[in-house]
Order: sequence, then structure tokens, then C-alpha cells
Amino acid sequence: MSWLLDVLVAVPAVGALLLAVWPRERAERQAPVVGVTVTALAFLLSLAVVPSVVGTAGMQLQTNVPWIPILDIRWHLGVDGISLPLVVLTALLTLLCMVSLLRGNAPAGGSVRGLVAVVLLLETGVLGTFLALDLVLFFVFFELVLVPMWFVVADWGDPHDVPGRRRAATVFLLMTVIGSAVMLAGFLLVYAHTGTFDMVALAQGRGSGMPAATQLVAALAIGLGFAVKSPLWPLHIWLPDAHAKAPTLGSVLLAGLLLKMGTYGFVRVWLPIVPEGARQVAPYLAVLAAVGIVYGSLACLAQTDLKRLVAYSSVGHMGFVLLGVATLRPVGVNGALVANIAHGLITGLLFFLVGALKDRHDTSDLVGLGRGLYGRSPRLGGVLALAAMASLGLPGLAGFWGEMLTLLGAFDPANGLSRPVFLVCMGLGGLGAVLTAVYFVRVLRLVAQGGPDAPVPARAGSWRPVSFDATAQELGVWSPLVALTVMVGLSPGLVLDVVDPAVRVLLGGSA
Amino acid sequence: MSAVQPVDWLAIAPPLVLALTAIIVLVADAFAGRTAVQLPSVLSLAGLLLAAWPAAALTGDTRSVFCLPQQRGAPPACSYTVETLTIGGWLVVLVGTTVVVLLSARAAMDSRVPLAEHHFLLLSSASGAMTLVAARDLVTLLVALEVVSLPAFALAGLKRGDRRSAEAALKFFLVSVVATAFTLLGVSFVYGATGSMHFSRIDAALQAGVDATPVASAGAVLTLVGLAFKVAAVPFHAWVPDVYVGSPVPVAAYLSVVSKAAGLVGLLLVLDRAFAAFSAAWQPLLAVVAAATMTTGNVLALRQQHAVRLLAWSSVAQAGFMLCPLAVLADVGDRAVLASMSYLLIYSVVNLGAFAVVAAMSRHRPAGRIEDYAGLVRREPWAGAGLAFALLCLAGLPPGVVGLFAKVVVFWVVVDGGLGWLAVVMAVNVAVGLAYYLRWIVVVVGPVRADDSAPAVPPALRAAIGATVTASVALSFAPGVVLQVLS
Repeated sequence: MSWLLDVLVAVPAVGALLLAVWPRERAERQAPVVGVTVTALAFLLSLAVVPSVVGTAGMQLQTNVPWIPILDIRWHLGVDGISLPLVVLTALLTLLCMVSLLRGNAPAGGSVRGLVAVVLLLETGVLGTFLALDLVLFFVFFELVLVPMWFVVADWGDPHDVPGRRRAATVFLLMTVIGSAVMLAGFLLVYAHTGTFDMVALAQGRGSGMPAATQLVAALAIGLGFAVKSPLWPLHIWLPDAHAKAPTLGSVLLAGLLLKMGTYGFVRVWLPIVPEGARQVAPYLAVLAAVGIVYGSLACLAQTDLKRLVAYSSVGHMGFVLLGVATLRPVGVNGALVANIAHGLITGLLFFLVGALKDRHDTSDLVGLGRGLYGRSPRLGGVLALAAMASLGLPGLAGFWGEMLTLLGAFDPANGLSRPVFLVCMGLGGLGAVLTAVYFVRVLRLVAQGGPDAPVPARAGSWRPVSFDATAQELGVWSPLVALTVMVGLSPGLVLDVVDPAVRVLLGGSA
Repeated sequence: MSAVQPVDWLAIAPPLVLALTAIIVLVADAFAGRTAVQLPSVLSLAGLLLAAWPAAALTGDTRSVFCLPQQRGAPPACSYTVETLTIGGWLVVLVGTTVVVLLSARAAMDSRVPLAEHHFLLLSSASGAMTLVAARDLVTLLVALEVVSLPAFALAGLKRGDRRSAEAALKFFLVSVVATAFTLLGVSFVYGATGSMHFSRIDAALQAGVDATPVASAGAVLTLVGLAFKVAAVPFHAWVPDVYVGSPVPVAAYLSVVSKAAGLVGLLLVLDRAFAAFSAAWQPLLAVVAAATMTTGNVLALRQQHAVRLLAWSSVAQAGFMLCPLAVLADVGDRAVLASMSYLLIYSVVNLGAFAVVAAMSRHRPAGRIEDYAGLVRREPWAGAGLAFALLCLAGLPPGVVGLFAKVVVFWVVVDGGLGWLAVVMAVNVAVGLAYYLRWIVVVVGPVRADDSAPAVPPALRAAIGATVTASVALSFAPGVVLQVLS
């Protein structure tokens, strides 16, 4: 079964190629169907991976063949409890994005075929990043998502602001590329001292062979690449614009998948491969993450645009994830990984909902959307309320567990880390959680509540079938996310039990 | 011993075949009728193929020709050596010249360029480049360098009745002559200080220590000037854009690949084989030059609206990346040579791909602005997709994995050599480069302009585009092949 991961990574790319040579006349019409077929296949394959991983701690289903023998670079894929939830999430979110394109619901911009093709290419990149076990291969996949994402934002983004969406896409791309090029230098520094790119061997080696000073430099260089991607305050500046200008599916993929690549990298590469460097950098990471939590929440309070608000809320949520990573403890890292998945589900859902609102009203301005969503379209309003509650960390929904565990981890960080610093960070995190509740309640008050007499803004755009409430297609896209949010909320073990053994292996039982 | 040495004809066959082919092209054209417009192209391709044969036969061998008599205590001194590095250089020159010949087919070329003369000059210059990469003494190197340059001036100015072309040739000539003069001065200093012209003996003398160290080190630095000019390294880069734009497109492609390759291999040879003793002096200098070259090229490329001008600045920036391994040459050794050569080979293939599409478009839209490429992917899918892929490779982002690989290899040796600051400069430059390559890609894959028609791409250009793009795609799947070929 070791070919399973190769096939999983290859399927979307092959789908993209297929679309590129599809006859032009039919391609425009059939592209979404092809996209759904391909991503559904990838999703099934990702589910097929599940049984081999559950209950195990180490790497499963490994493929390991030389790719560039002369440089010792290998095609090495594998999956464990840390990557599995992310792989399934990736396959699911891409599938849902494709479903949302059906029935002519594609965003205005270039051709639908192009959009489907770049999203498929992007899926290959994300899946490859989560599965790669060779640092250079990891880097190649990490970079593979950039150009497709650039096109998604720049070509299919906000139709009202063409230069703005170009600029947002370019800022995203350039910041990420600088970060990841420095990260590459860090990888090569690791190789210079250890003589291998094998992430499994390096993780087992726990930084042996690298003097502390080298580890520090490598941890800084590698951390920079992931910090831009995650994003860590103050490197988040690309994020609000990119999310706000992206089409709905672009925002979903950015928030749901691309940010995860950064946090995943922290857990997979940064923690185990340069542990000594990570230990030295961790307090700074924790402080910046905590600042990000509060900053993101405060920025949300000041937003007048719902899409930007959800984007800024990501800064806060990813702050929790990074704070959890910085504790260097299984509890914190587990919390980080659960929060990671929860954020993917919830924020993915929120961006779908904002997109639905934007389609109807041609604006995502909090006031311009008008009040009384519950009255006008109860189903849409209900799902929005649920997503907001989940995002603010209501117990019983997915958002709660990750942040709770993260703060718990910060209460008792790994030995050798300054406890007072982490206690302050915990306090800031708690404050951020409260502020998160405040701004989401504000959103609900402004948008969802209000009587039926509230003025209904004029509908703009006539390319959608007239329907105020959620269509069956939209409900079909949202319901898996809603269901998973509730399921993970009620039974966090679904994710935790998968993640925990792998995290313990990764941290070497240092708890 | 006899004054007449046996000559290893196989070893000198590749440059010799090219030189002979050059003459045959010229003579044959004089006798052929006016209708035989394909003749220069066909003969040139045949000559290149014929030259590739002995080159392939020599792969893996080390052979030296034109050696000094053995002296006791002195290292063997030969003027011409075929070894792995030579073969790598030959590969770039032969591939580059072949693609340029394809780009120079009658149907593809500006009609004001006399074809037979063009091919004659092209092959002459290429034979110089072939000799240069095998040269192992300063005089051979210098003569070979001039054999590369002199036909190139004429190539740049061969467009009859075009003032820009003439101006380009004159500018190119003047700057080049000055650079060569510096190199000559340097060579004479080095000779004065060490008493030898052969790399191996210069190296031995410098390692042992010479009396006039300042003269020798000044000579070493001055010697690099002429080669840096060929590579278009800062501060010897200013000629590039005007000359590229003024010349016919195939000549610009030639200058950006073959001529640059000759300069780079020359630099590698001189630094590695002759001046290694002074590495403490030239390594920091080259690091600064490399950083300045890539930054200047990238920043100036940002605002360009003209396709060839953009590629010209991009080629300056790319030269900066090729020079980076030289800044750690003495610390890292052979791996730095390998990194530089792999970057050169990969750059050559993808850059020729970009130039091939530009050549196709230059017949259709002589103004050659970036905006003229609007929607090329829809008008002419293979050319458009090929250009987009080539540009991605130049930028070094997947799916252009081969370009990424080239950058990884260079990063690698730079990090190994401990030049962290240079790695950071490279990182920033990758991002800056991306900005303008992407700008062009967007136009290529973007919407079609209403008034535009599909460009007619002649078969020779189709072959050139197809070959280079196929090679870049194939190498993206198996980038390691590049290293295997070169080592």
C-alpha cells in the first residue's frame, strides 16, 4: 500500500494536466465537474489512509526512493498522526470548494478551467507539504502552492478592485518567497552539519551534530519561513488584504490550508530538528504569538468589513496555535494541532458564509449587509451563528478544545522555559479569547439580529438564481464542516487520539 | 626531444570542426544560388552535430595537448585540456549555438540580416568559446576570448540599414576593447610576477610565494575584468540592455547564453586553477560583485516594458546567481564549480526557451513590448505555455522545479561556505525577480487583446521552442540529471 500516498499527491496534479489539454469548447462547462471528480477521488484516497495511521505513533505508508541521488535528495513521503488530520482536511476543503463551483457559481474573472486547474495544482502542493519527509522535497511542495494561489487571488479576486487584488496577491507571494528562501538556507545549514535531509532521521537525531549556535541560526531561519506563512505577528501584514481580496474559495483555501502549512512546519521541522534552537527562540515566539492573539482581536473590533474581520480573526487563532507550539510540551502541541484543525474547519466555514452573503448583497460591509439575517434567511443566519460561536471558542464546539489545551500548556511550559513569560502569554491569550467573544457577538448583533422590518439592501448582480436563503448546494457545502465542528467539539478525542501518539514521539517523551 | 609535438586531434576536434564549418558555410553560400536560403542553417546544424560527436567521445576522459616540456619540480603545463569542466562548457556552447542557429533560420530572421555571414560569425565565435573552456594558459584564454568577442561585435551590427544595430555594435566594441585592455595589462603583470602563462605554473609560483605580491594580486584582479565583462557582472554590465535590444533576437540569445558561458567558465578556470593562492583577496570581492550584479539586474528589470530589455536585465541578475558559488570557491572546492556549472546549464536551457518565443513574437510584433504578449497562451498555446514555463524556471518557483533546483544548489554551496549574508541577499533577490517574471507571465496567460491575431511561428522556431521547453519540463522531473552530466 505504500503507493497510496504517491497516488494521493499525484491525482490532483494529473487532474490539472488533464484539464489543460481538455478540448477548449467543453472545458469551460465541464471544468467544475472534472474538479469535483478529481478532488472526490483524492478525498476517498485520503480516507483510505486513515486506517493505517489510527492507533500508531510512527510514520506509516512510507515511500522512499532516490530523486536526485547525487545530492542525496529523496522522494520520501509518509504519514503519521500529525499529518493525517491535515491531509484529510485538505482533501475535504478542496472538494467542498469544487462543489461550490458547480452550477455556474464560479467567481467572475478568468476562465473556470483555469481556476479549477490552479486549485488542483495547489492541492497537490498542500498535500505534498503535509506528506513530504525530505526537507528539499518539503520545500518544493511548500513553494508549489504559491503561484497557483497568486493566480487565484489576482485573477479571480475582488472584481471591484483589480489593482488592489493584484497588489494583495503580490505582497502575499513576495513575503512568502523571501521567508521560504531564508528557510531553505536554514535547511541547508542543517544538512551541512548532519549530512541528511531525511526528516525522520533528523527528528530522531534531535539536533545532534549541530552546535547550539548553529541550531539557533537554523531555528531563526527556518522559523522565519513558517512564521510568515502561519502568520506570526508582525509578519501577518500580507494576510488581511490577501484574504479580503481573494474570491470565496481563495479565502477558504488560504485560511483553511495555507496557514496550516506554516504551523505544520513548526511542528514537523522546527520542533524536532533544531530542538536546542527552538528552545532558545520559543519564549520570543510565545510572546509574539500572544501579541498576535490580542492584536488580531482588537483589529477585529475595529473592522467594518466582515471578510476582513474573519481574516483578522485568523491572526488571533493562529496566535493560539503558535503559542501552543512554543510551549514545547505535548499538551500545548496537541492543543496547537487541534486548534489548527478546528480553525481550518471553522474559518473555512466562515469564509464560505461570508462569500454567500457577499454574493447576495455584493458587499461584505458589516452595515451594508443590513440587519435581520435571522428573519430574512434563517438557515444562513443559523449557520453563521453556529460558526461564530464555534470560532469564539464555545465549549462543545471544535474551537474550544484547542485553545483550552494551548492555554493549559502555557500554564506549565517545558522545563527550561521561563514560566513567568508564559504565564503572561497565557493571560494575554485569555484576554484575546474574551475579545474574540466580544467581536463575534457584535457581528451577530449587526448582521443577524434585528426585526423583519429591518431594511433589506437591494440585491446586486443578477448572475445568481434568486434565493435569499441558503441553496441546497450551499447547504451541501457547509454541512460537512458544520457536522465536523460539532463532532470534534463533542468528542475532541477524534483528533487528539490520532495526534497525541505522534506528538509524543516527536517530542521524544520529554514531557 | 623533438620540437614537433604529436597533436591529439580528437581533443581539439570540437572547436576545429566548428571553425571549419564556419568557413564552409561562407564559401558554400558564395557558390550556391539565391534560392538555397536554408543552406547556412543546414550546414551549421550539421557542423554542430559533427562537433558534438568527438565531444561525446571524450566524455569522462582527461586529455591534454600542447604541453611544455616537463621540468623537474614544476607541475605539468599544458595549454589545452579536455576534462569534465571542459565537457560541461562544451555542452552549454553546443546546445546554445544549436538553438541560436534554429532561431536564425530564414523564416525566423529579420530579412535585413545576411544569413551566410551571420552563420559564419556565429560559428566562429562559438569555436572561440569551445577553445576558451579548454584553455589552460592565459594567452590561449585571451585569444579565445577575442575569438568569441570579435565576431560577436559584427553579429550585433549585422542588421543592414538599422542605426540601432550599428550603435549597439559600436558600443559593444568600445566597452569590450577597454575590458580586454585591462585583462591584457593584468596578464602582463601576472607574467611579470610569476614568469609563467600556464595556470598550473602560475598557481605553483603563487603558492610558493612571489617577490612582487602586490603586482601579482593586481594582475590577478585585472585579468578578471575581461571575463567579468563577458559574464556581464556589475560594474561591467551597462552594455547589456542596449546591445541586446539593438541586435537581432538570436544574437541577443547568443550573447546571453554562449558568450556568458564562455566568460563564466573562464572565470572559474582562472580563479580555481591559477589564482587559488589569492582566494582570501578575491572571494570577498566576488561575493560583493555577485550580490551587486543580481540586485542591479533585478531592480532594473522591474520597470522594463520591453521584452528583450527585460530579458537583458534578467540575464544580468542570473549572472549574479552564477557568480555566487565563486565567492566560496576556495572554501567549498569542486562542489562550487559544479553548482555554478549546473546553474549555467539550466539557465541556458530555460533562457533559450524564453528567447525562442521572443524571436517568434518579434516577427509578429516588432515593437516587442510585454503587452504584445497578451493572451499568447490562447493564441498560440505551445509558445505561450512554453514562455510561461521558461519564465517560472527563471524565477525558480515550482512547477518550474528545474529553476528552483538551480537556486537550491547555489544556496547550498553559499550556506556551506558560511556566507549567510549572501544567502539572505539571494533570498531577497529571488523575490524581486519573481515580481517581474510574474508580471510577464500574467500578461501571457491573461486575456487576449481584441485586435490581435495569432503569430505565425515558423517550423525552425517551433523546433527550438519545443526542444527547450521539453528539456526544461523533463529536467523538472529529474533535475539530478544535470549534475550527473556535469560531474
